[in-house]
Amino acid sequence: MVKLKSVFKAYNQKKVIEDVSLEIEKGTITSFIGPNGAGKSTLVSMISRLISKDGGAITIDGQDIMHTKNNEMAKKISILKQTNAVNLKLTIRELVSFGRFPYSQGKLTKVDEAKIDEAIDYMELRDMQDRYLDELSGGQRQRAHIAMVIAQDTEYILLDEPLNNLDMRHSVQIMKTLRNLVNEMGKTILLVIHDINFASCYSDHIVALKDGKIVKQGRTCDVIDRCVLKDIYDMDIDIKEIDGRKICDYF
Amino acid sequence: MGYKMKTWILAAVAVILMVLYVVYGLTGNLDYILPRRLLKLLAICLTGGAIAFATTIFMTITNNRILTPSVLGLDSLYMLVQTIIIFFFGSNMMVLLGGTVNYLISIMCMVLFSLVLYQFLFKGEKNNIYFLLLVGMILGTFFGSFTDFMQVLIDPNEFMIVQDRMFASINNVNTDLLYISIGIIVLTFIYFMRFYKYLDVLALGREEAINLGVPYHYVVKRLLIIVVILISVATALIGPITFLGLLVVNVSYELMKTYRHFYIIWGAVLISIIALVGGQFLVERLFTFSTTISVIINFIGGLYFIYLLLKENRKW
Repeated sequence: MVKLKSVFKAYNQKKVIEDVSLEIEKGTITSFIGPNGAGKSTLVSMISRLISKDGGAITIDGQDIMHTKNNEMAKKISILKQTNAVNLKLTIRELVSFGRFPYSQGKLTKVDEAKIDEAIDYMELRDMQDRYLDELSGGQRQRAHIAMVIAQDTEYILLDEPLNNLDMRHSVQIMKTLRNLVNEMGKTILLVIHDINFASCYSDHIVALKDGKIVKQGRTCDVIDRCVLKDIYDMDIDIKEIDGRKICDYF
Repeated sequence: MGYKMKTWILAAVAVILMVLYVVYGLTGNLDYILPRRLLKLLAICLTGGAIAFATTIFMTITNNRILTPSVLGLDSLYMLVQTIIIFFFGSNMMVLLGGTVNYLISIMCMVLFSLVLYQFLFKGEKNNIYFLLLVGMILGTFFGSFTDFMQVLIDPNEFMIVQDRMFASINNVNTDLLYISIGIIVLTFIYFMRFYKYLDVLALGREEAINLGVPYHYVVKRLLIIVVILISVATALIGPITFLGLLVVNVSYELMKTYRHFYIIWGAVLISIIALVGGQFLVERLFTFSTTISVIINFIGGLYFIYLLLKENRKW
């Protein structure tokens, strides 16, 4: 379980995250939604140790993230950022192999190789595993990065706008993969997402942020609500139910 | 061709050049000439290796392939120290101090300077490396201007002595210094081995490194200190020559076409030795000492740098 208690972050004098407390259950997909500048990415970066917090506590399965060994944390939680511009000459397989670093420290064992194969097969990258990253399309590259996260084999996976710059087909493909990771492998996924329809259709819980504070958190069906969305986005959003799924018409 | 094959070919070329350097035109008093040449060769390999090695690490932790440790202002600090000694105490003092003391003072100044720089810069988080580079560059320019200022004021004869130290030269390597340098470099290398496994991951960038469990600040800070020590030793031994690093590491990346630091570092070290031994060979036999090695290296390095800038539209 990921627990945040009165987490606080400020750049100079400006508060970007104020007193955020929340709990994330195992085996669920939790989406962070909210307007630009709400502090979604900052919050996710703090949970994944990329930036430090200025107050409060973050624990994962009862362990404080700042007082646990880096290597141990890397076996528990992984993050995929929106800017994954690796400027090295890497093949897909080499990138995925990096996911095993917390376990192998650079020397791959048979177990590691098996995990890498598994991750590559899971993302259906077998045919192109020896191609270089800079020769791939955006969707393929994103899949390669997700394969790396799968190879890292952490219980908790954080994704910062994983659908950025992807077309609909690839977006749906990625979201289905994430759903499968939760259903089949029992992972816990936290993601920052802008498209509220994707959040509505694929997540179990939604945390809505605005100006660094939580406006609303709860089950997806409770958050995808006309009044709540009006609060978050200052927009009148029409919500229609199609086959039991709530679809927002904000156009 | 595999990485191993390429590495072996580079090693072979390096050895051939070394043999050529020692054997070519070997006449006269062998007891005198041979040890001298061997010592010079040792100095060349040591500094060449140290610079290539340090520059590779530096480029990895900054995630940038056109930066060399010289942007930290170490070269200019070295020149400043040399000029200050002569400015305040005169060239007699230089002789009186002897090579060893001057060498140790220079290294200490450079390492201390960098430590202060890091202490002051490593307090926050995020993008500090770029801030570090900015401060390094500004201070480097400041040291350079200050050096110029003092050089204008001193006696022309004394200036000759300073000028002599402005260009890297392997023609008058001090044996005592060489042994101390070997000691320092070996110790630094042993210390480095603890961090070796992190290099490939660090090349992915800060965020990936933290994600994969690298204690980022701890490792980068220590690697920077290793870089500074190696560069300081090389600079104090033969003079400012860090430009060489830019050249050899990039050639190594182009040649090896891999991300694996094991091959990149070996490639860079060997290319560096080839460049320096080959260059020194040209300086001694072809130009008969009418120029110094750093002039040749800077000339070729400058050309290569322009080439790098021109093809920058291509993604590295």
